[in-house]
Amino acid sequence: MPMTTTTILVQGFTASFDGQPAVKGLDLEILPHERLAIIGPARSGKTTFLRSLNRLNDLHPGFTHGGKILRDGKDIYDADVDVAELRRKVGMVYATPVPLPWSIYDNLVYGLRLAGIRERVTLDERAETALGHAFLWNEVKDRLKEPANVLSGGQQQRLCIARVLVLEPEVLILDEPCSGLDPVSTAKIEDALLALKEKHSIVLVTNNTKQAARASDRTAFFLLGELIEVGPTARLFTRPTQKKTNDYLVGQFG
Amino acid sequence: MRISPATTQRMAVGFMWILTAITLAVLVFILAFILVHGLPHVTWSFLTQSPRSMGREGGIFPMILGTLLVAGLAVLLAAPIGVATAVYLTEYTREGRLTTVIRFGADCLAGVPSIIFGLFGFVFFAIALRMGLSVLSGSLTLALMVLPTIIRTSEEAIRAVPDSYREVSFGLGGTRWQTVFYVVLRSALPGISTGIVLSLGRSISETAAVMLTAGSALRLPRSLFDSSRTLALHFYLLSREGISMPNAYATASVLIIAILALNILAYALMRRFAVKVGR
Repeated sequence: MPMTTTTILVQGFTASFDGQPAVKGLDLEILPHERLAIIGPARSGKTTFLRSLNRLNDLHPGFTHGGKILRDGKDIYDADVDVAELRRKVGMVYATPVPLPWSIYDNLVYGLRLAGIRERVTLDERAETALGHAFLWNEVKDRLKEPANVLSGGQQQRLCIARVLVLEPEVLILDEPCSGLDPVSTAKIEDALLALKEKHSIVLVTNNTKQAARASDRTAFFLLGELIEVGPTARLFTRPTQKKTNDYLVGQFG
Repeated sequence: MRISPATTQRMAVGFMWILTAITLAVLVFILAFILVHGLPHVTWSFLTQSPRSMGREGGIFPMILGTLLVAGLAVLLAAPIGVATAVYLTEYTREGRLTTVIRFGADCLAGVPSIIFGLFGFVFFAIALRMGLSVLSGSLTLALMVLPTIIRTSEEAIRAVPDSYREVSFGLGGTRWQTVFYVVLRSALPGISTGIVLSLGRSISETAAVMLTAGSALRLPRSLFDSSRTLALHFYLLSREGISMPNAYATASVLIIAILALNILAYALMRRFAVKVGR
């Protein structure tokens, strides 16, 4: 898998649903090989922002946006952007693991098949590599033909990560990927993310501030659709510059 | 006198049990009555021979073939149109005036009596389009008749596919068509097939509409433009004209067994569907 050099630059980005603003004028940079955590209370625009990065919000008929999201200098909302290609390069993992009702193997290679890759050897190789990177290979290597929904919740979520990794994305975006998981499964996913930043950039939305503290290099704090503060995780958690950040971290609201 | 709650409970349960038993008894009685009268006459030669002297003697082979042709072709024509309409309604358009009109139209179509379809088929396909009383006229008419059922059952099945599946597919770089084809239709297939099988059953048992469009010829249909008599119609004519009650019952037995087999198939598909979605 090639190492990513992609930088994503967000400039004055706004997003609304049916006229209701969800993200209000965001400026943020996502650097290569960093793990950026996004924290904030409910309705702070974290998920909307995340789903704007791969244009998944386009599926919502009432979605409108302003500003720019530049991927290596090119606005991903430009008319000539290949949205399918963008989504392959900015791979998304959802809050609940959603294995499609097929075998583990078919789930893994689905993205490749969508991209028109049919050669068995390529599919097998990429599936095995991705399972390795998601720390799942040893647990499923002998049962790739079994239905994916026999796996445990934690395994399903790692399968979903592998299903995205198969496409060799530049950026991994994860929307509260551990919200339904036990601490052991959570730890495995955090370990996987640490290893994955060697090759990818990672954006992790989480409701769990402890997870952000453990599993990120920089943290951004969102509140009511605005970016309040962003900085190195260790610094933000110990010496936040904004009162609102401090209030959230000590549990004053949210 | 006061009746204790426990007694009321027992009475209520007993009452409902009796009503259920009556429902079942009616069904069992009808089935048994027809099968007892008909099955002894269902022989191999009855199934494979052509009728002689208006069906007083001989078998029902041309009717079996006619039924398969008319009903099969009807479903073959209606299924792609119906499924495509359902996909359009659920995946390719936003809810609005157009979808309301299409749905309302489909529901109205479902409520139209079959004799009206027959009349329309006779005037439009048989006369205006010069298809005559033929397998083709009959199947086109039946196709129109079962179309709403196929549209609505397919729509239900497609709606039952979780949105999260679609998001996953889009998120992995799938286009809308790829998502519909590989994820949505694949997951909805058991539900869609159930609707198609039920429509096939309705087409097989229809009489009024086919009498006016496919006609009632006794000979083996040689092409789609030949008139052909279906099993249900054959039964109707045999008993109505008092030609041969034993052969009428035998025809009805064949029909009932075919419909029963189809319903069991539909039920099995539905169960598979429920298991899949439930997991």
